Amino acid sequence: MAVYEAPVFAPPETLAGRIVRFLGRTPVHLGLLAIAIVWLVPTVGLALTSFRPKSDILSSGWWHVFGHLSSLTLKNYADVLHAAGMGHAFLNSVYITVPATIAPLTLGALAAYGFAWIRFPFRDTIFLGIVALMVVPIQTSLVPLLKLFRDWHLNTSFFGIWFAHTAFGLPLAIFLFRNFFITLPKDLIEAARIDGASNFAVFRRVVVPLSVPALASFGIFQFLWVWNDLLMALVLIADPSKKPMTVQITTLESAYGVEFHLLSASAFLLMIVPLIVFFSLQRYFVQGLLAGSVKS
Amino acid sequence: MSSQPLPVSMPKAPRRRGRDLGARTFRERFQGLLFAAPALVVLGIFLIYPAISTIRLAFYRGFGFRYEHFLGLANLKNLLAHDPDFLDLSHFPPSGALINNLKWVVIYTALCLVLGLALAVLAIRVRYERIVKSVIFVPMAISATAVGIIWLFVYSPNANIGVVNAIAHGVDHGFHPISWVGRPDTVNYAIIFAYVWASTGFAMVVLSAALKGIPTEILEAARVDGAGEWHLFRRIMLPMLSLPISVVTVWLFINVIKVFDIIYVMTQGGPNGASRVIAYNMYVEALQNGRWGYGASIAVFMLLLMIPVMALNVRRFRSERVVT
Repeated sequence: MAVYEAPVFAPPETLAGRIVRFLGRTPVHLGLLAIAIVWLVPTVGLALTSFRPKSDILSSGWWHVFGHLSSLTLKNYADVLHAAGMGHAFLNSVYITVPATIAPLTLGALAAYGFAWIRFPFRDTIFLGIVALMVVPIQTSLVPLLKLFRDWHLNTSFFGIWFAHTAFGLPLAIFLFRNFFITLPKDLIEAARIDGASNFAVFRRVVVPLSVPALASFGIFQFLWVWNDLLMALVLIADPSKKPMTVQITTLESAYGVEFHLLSASAFLLMIVPLIVFFSLQRYFVQGLLAGSVKS
Repeated sequence: MSSQPLPVSMPKAPRRRGRDLGARTFRERFQGLLFAAPALVVLGIFLIYPAISTIRLAFYRGFGFRYEHFLGLANLKNLLAHDPDFLDLSHFPPSGALINNLKWVVIYTALCLVLGLALAVLAIRVRYERIVKSVIFVPMAISATAVGIIWLFVYSPNANIGVVNAIAHGVDHGFHPISWVGRPDTVNYAIIFAYVWASTGFAMVVLSAALKGIPTEILEAARVDGAGEWHLFRRIMLPMLSLPISVVTVWLFINVIKVFDIIYVMTQGGPNGASRVIAYNMYVEALQNGRWGYGASIAVFMLLLMIPVMALNVRRFRSERVVT
């Protein structure tokens, strides 16, 4: 990962020295190898299982697959996409996630600008309240939200879940953005204001372009958080045709019991977007997670 | 999996004095509030108002979400004293969701920290550090739902599917495959380990980044003075990592109090309620049994557990502002 750079230990110079060092570290290598295997095997097993025919899955372990790779098939994926409704659920996940990422990103950035660069009454007190809200568990609001959405008929559309995710993403967004915004050079913002730029113009033309890394980090973080969420979707979406993949997959589980071929393909489908996001935008993702937590 | 607001330390707010920018007229002050207003409205309607409603509802029976049958603290009292699903002290060892969650707090937090720290310290010594770290970190990106299904396969009683049983059978041919999540005595540890698998990457990345922040000169100086690697770790690295370790611990604690998805996917709290945790009981009582008031009291209990973390965050913020 790009965030780990400077090696603390200088590399050895000679070949002999290198070999001695390597052997001296054999326990380290073995330990790391063992842990890496434990970490890889479950995912690899699931991935391989998802490409095996149903009869093979039940008659032999996935670790036998390496002998006859030709037996692998995409049939399980065809089945889950159509018959098991995962294709439709995939689209629902997209419909839920995209607005539920953009909304807290936008509202959070606007609010953070206010908290960082404009003075207003009770500013720091309100911000303190937002810091406190960061750790409020979803369960605390779940039941009244359900009631609210039923009364306003928001639980039969995507609006309810959009609002709920926005509200629970906002404290972190405001917190991260405000902390990033106040590190921007004051002179720059002052100069723009002296040139007659309104606050909104400063926000749009100076602050946002300079804050892309912070915005991206939060955006990816929130995207994965919403995409991966089960609890809120389970409770707040009443219309079965609007359920995202996380919920759909649990209905597969109970309906089919141990239909491993469907379950494995569905689970891999659920993982594929986070994995792509993770591997293509790893740097921002890790930064989002680390954001500030190691700054001392 | 990738989920928590991080308790973080903050940079100092710029202090503006005198006839400085931004704060001079009423209109400009009003604008600040205007920028914050949309976010505050959404927070108010969809987070704060529901949270307050839940606290209020916890004092009622709350069927059909009506504030009827005021019970006072009876819900909370029943929860702690008369609900064997939540806390059962009548036999030894005690059981119930609270006890299970306690197991989670201790085992999950300790394993994630120890493994994360070990990986951070060891991986720094090898050339393939980045690869090892990516492998360990990947589960952070995927959902607890997917993690649950992956590990249902690993723990399957069918030895053609479950790796654990296949290995046990390979080592000892007399071993009869068991369902690791189907037995009350193994289910909690099985799920906890699956979640450790998913979260260790976070501990590793935070601690590794902090480790690299330790100035090389300090380590070199200690080596020159003849300190062994263990001494280096015990006397220099560990003390210098105390702040990131506490940050990771708090994050893991928050995670563990809210754990729900993976249990819902793997066992639905079973077998026979053996793997229930606090958040799971809240879901069952409020949303399956329709005991909204009682469910609300469980949510309030969760909120109470979070208050120390909240206070910690707020205090950290305030102390840094005072320093400004």
